[in-house]
Amino acid sequence: MRIVCPFCGERELGEFSYLGDAKPVRPAADAGEEAVYEYVYLRDNVAGVMSENWYHGGGCRSWLKVTRNTLTHEISAVEAAAGAGARQVAK
Amino acid sequence: MTSQSHRLTSGGLIDRSTPLNFRFDGKTFSGFQGDTLASALVANGVKLVGRSFKYHRPRGILTAGSEEPNALVELRTGARREANTKATTAELYEGLEAASQNRWPSLRHDVMSVNQLFAPIFVAGFYYKTFMWPAKFWEMVYEPAIRRAAGLGRAAVAPDPDHYDKAWAHCDVVIAGSGPAGLAAALAAGRSGARVILCEEDFALGGRLLSDGGIIDGLPAADWIARTLAELGSMPDVRIMTRTTLFGVYDGGTYGAIERVNDHLPTPPEHQVRQRLWRIVAKRCVVAAGAIERPIVFAGNDTPGVMMASAMRTYVTRYAATPARRIALFTNNEDGWRTVETALAAGLQIAAVIDARPDVSPAHRSLASTNGFTVLHGSVSGVEGGKDGVRKISVSLTGGARAEVEADGLAVSGGRNPAVGLTSYHRGRPKWRNDIAAFVPDGAPPGMVAAGAANGDFGLGACLRDGFEAGAAAARDAGRIGNAGSTPVADDEAFSLTPLWHVTGKGKAFVDQQHDVTASDIELAQREGFESVEHLKRYTTLGMATDQGKTSNVAGLAIMAAVTGKSIPETGTTIYRPPYVPVAIGAFAGHHRDETFHSTRLTPSHHWAAEQGAIFVDTGLWKRAQWYPRAGEKDWLESVTREVKAVRSGVGFCDVSTLGKIDVHGPDAGVFLDRVYINTFSNLAVGKARYGLMLREDGLVYDDGTTSRLAEDHYFLTTTTAKAGLVIQHLEFCRQVLFPELDVQLTSVSDQWAQFSIAGPKTRDLLKEIVDPAEDLSNEGFPFMGAREVALRGGIKARLFRISFSGEMAFEISVPARYGEAMARNLMIAGKPFGVTPYGTEALGVMRVEKGHVAGPELSGTTTAADLGLGKMMSTKKDFIGRVMAGREALVAPDRQVVVGIKPVDKARRLRSGAHIIPKGQTPGPDNDQGYVTSVCFSPTLDQWIGLGLVERGRERIGEIVHAHDPLRGEDYDVELCNPVFYDPDGGRQRG
Ligand SMILES: [Zn+2]
Repeated sequence: MRIVCPFCGERELGEFSYLGDAKPVRPAADAGEEAVYEYVYLRDNVAGVMSENWYHGGGCRSWLKVTRNTLTHEISAVEAAAGAGARQVAK
Repeated sequence: MTSQSHRLTSGGLIDRSTPLNFRFDGKTFSGFQGDTLASALVANGVKLVGRSFKYHRPRGILTAGSEEPNALVELRTGARREANTKATTAELYEGLEAASQNRWPSLRHDVMSVNQLFAPIFVAGFYYKTFMWPAKFWEMVYEPAIRRAAGLGRAAVAPDPDHYDKAWAHCDVVIAGSGPAGLAAALAAGRSGARVILCEEDFALGGRLLSDGGIIDGLPAADWIARTLAELGSMPDVRIMTRTTLFGVYDGGTYGAIERVNDHLPTPPEHQVRQRLWRIVAKRCVVAAGAIERPIVFAGNDTPGVMMASAMRTYVTRYAATPARRIALFTNNEDGWRTVETALAAGLQIAAVIDARPDVSPAHRSLASTNGFTVLHGSVSGVEGGKDGVRKISVSLTGGARAEVEADGLAVSGGRNPAVGLTSYHRGRPKWRNDIAAFVPDGAPPGMVAAGAANGDFGLGACLRDGFEAGAAAARDAGRIGNAGSTPVADDEAFSLTPLWHVTGKGKAFVDQQHDVTASDIELAQREGFESVEHLKRYTTLGMATDQGKTSNVAGLAIMAAVTGKSIPETGTTIYRPPYVPVAIGAFAGHHRDETFHSTRLTPSHHWAAEQGAIFVDTGLWKRAQWYPRAGEKDWLESVTREVKAVRSGVGFCDVSTLGKIDVHGPDAGVFLDRVYINTFSNLAVGKARYGLMLREDGLVYDDGTTSRLAEDHYFLTTTTAKAGLVIQHLEFCRQVLFPELDVQLTSVSDQWAQFSIAGPKTRDLLKEIVDPAEDLSNEGFPFMGAREVALRGGIKARLFRISFSGEMAFEISVPARYGEAMARNLMIAGKPFGVTPYGTEALGVMRVEKGHVAGPELSGTTTAADLGLGKMMSTKKDFIGRVMAGREALVAPDRQVVVGIKPVDKARRLRSGAHIIPKGQTPGPDNDQGYVTSVCFSPTLDQWIGLGLVERGRERIGEIVHAHDPLRGEDYDVELCNPVFYDPDGGRQRG
């Protein structure tokens, strides 16, 4: 598999590591135990297109949001995480 | 030496000026440069090459390529011995040694051929059926017997002495195969300006043109090949790789190829690799892998001397070697007849042609009458012969009569199967084409296309057109739009075929010759309910040998289709999986073996430590000094004890550069750290350090370390050695994904700083010799948990932290990594008056256990902050990673196993980690297992073994005597639970 890092260009799988589903959003501090439980443990097991967190540890150390079809491994989009990149502080 | 009795006096693509001697089963033969082992054996009249897998039947050479199921040998000797090597692809070299497989005591007199008498127990599913027998019988009698009787070659028992390499290549178009379609594709793509890699598994380029010839663009095939290679050679972006098989396709247009760099030599030249594994990234791929001629299944079809018709042409034309002198041909198609023409041209005799089709052309009839052989309409129903080859062939004539043909060779042509492996590797299923009665690719992985015979187009003209178009299109798709020029032109041969898969007759008729699967095995599988092709494959092991059923799978499906009354496409194919040819594990490993299995990291002071005679220990990728033995010390314990005592009474130092080190910069650095640690860092004063603990989001402890504030917007944190890589990844996730609104940056500086721990009551005395005298190192000027940049004597800037892992007065000092070794040497020189002692990780560990600090064994991924006695560090005033889940019922339960000190009641006894803690007086069992000993050491300070453990309600039970149960070592003894801080519990020494 090859992933096009927005900073480094097209690189091979071995440079990246996989975290998982990028959809869950970390709950606010006051969201309560149930919300955090869901965030930590409940994940969709998608057979098809899924948005995932990948880390370019062998390159620029950016976290990427990769849209990948889990059936074909086809990657349709790669974007940098909101806070990735040196000058990309989201205000 | 045996003369080459079956070598034609002229012709062939062999270099007669370079004769080569080789040995097969201890006998010396000769061949020529350009031979394969198989062609050299053919040239020497050797017909019997091996014994079969289950029945030990005599076997010869069936094919002339990588699809060979029978002619498997052990190639080379000793550590380089390689089992199951195909004689048909092994290039001959001077001094080659090969041995036949599966025979004892010799190939000609193999006692195991009595297996044939026991054939009934070797039928389909025999593994499954015999597993039903009592287990004892299987283990003691049956399995050893099968292992001796059945099997393939013997692997070498010594480590492989050769090197293997791995490499990447990138191009626009990769082409598999250099036959007419492949060469035409390369021409078109190359002329269009594409970067091309052409892989050919053979050592010669041309594919079938080398055997079958033909006229292309008005030139004989050999001349056309030469002209084409000259043109391709003039293109700087076209790379041709011979002895290279494209074996797999992977995601994103990545292709696996194995290059047999030096397999054609006795041993690789010095500093060269034996094989190289290529990962080729290509925008497009043209599969021009050709087609494989398929056998027809009939009784005795495995007799030596029965050979594929196209292979016979290859031996005669390419190698000038004659597999037989009086040849019969059994064909169901027009292509088979080319073997007759080739044999006649070489002066060989044709005994008869048995053609299964209703009619043959007038041209063939006149060929027969001119050359005095008969054409029989019918099928071969049996072969008489044995280890010396074919003698007589029985024919069932159309209409029911029988005939016999005397011949010493039988060429068989059952049609052709396009090589659909590569195109089917992404769960592709080939589709059936009725006109050629074969499976052809039905689509392919993204970017790939099949051309020529691999796509079911068998005519020479069609192959050239198809390959040329595919090459031009691939180049265009890759953005190369140069002028491809004109297509090479040739005529198309006729290919009329009447499908025929299996001729019923008396005796074993083999479908899969390498795995000894017969037609009746397939019928038996069907009767026993294993009709699905995937079941058929596993039950009979059809197609599961090293040849992956290249000559057998389709025939097997056809026979299954016939007995189930279904069509072949309804019966379907099994899933295709790479690799297309066997690839040595050594090639996949490349240089990752032995001491280079993984990379090795050396600490900045490594070479100095090695000079001191340090014993090193592997810690992840690191080599760390474990202890520094001195002359006269009888064991590690004596050395370690000396080091600990030296630190506690004077001063010592230890390289701790392996800790992960991260600089945290930015106005929001403090807020960021507050969110990732359970305790607060935003309120840490500049110039101070603080111990911190991180949780995972599920509430369990992730890592610990110290964090120092070097400036208002600059923190420096350390991680454990083990988690250095993971913590930066985790923190980057927090920064980039969870908290992108924070203005903070992280920089891993683990490799930039050499860090030493300097510990002991004389630490300050030593430091004064190192640090610029202007720096105030007094307890007031640099108090416990102080941290700041200092100048060293000589002007180098260092980071100095007054932190202690040992319980002693201690500092950690960081200098740029390039000064690490000099720092170690300087500490030795400057510390001489104070008796400075370097210490290793063992003494480091002893002192941390004495001081009750937790480390890896306690930070086990199952413990909470409270388990470690650090629950009070958890802030209640802020949110942080893991906060909510850490509050779960089970994680705050009062009966959790928590860190406690442990010492044996018998002071002389050795304590060992892993021992289970059981209440005193109870019989050990899972119900009363209350925890275990996590870390132990011999404490020179207390003069006894001590340890830390995780024990249920441990902190409430200080003083209780419990039982340590160690079934692994067979030890049982009493221990006392105690305060985990064995040494200086009020901390006076580290603050002094
Ligand atoms: Zn990157």
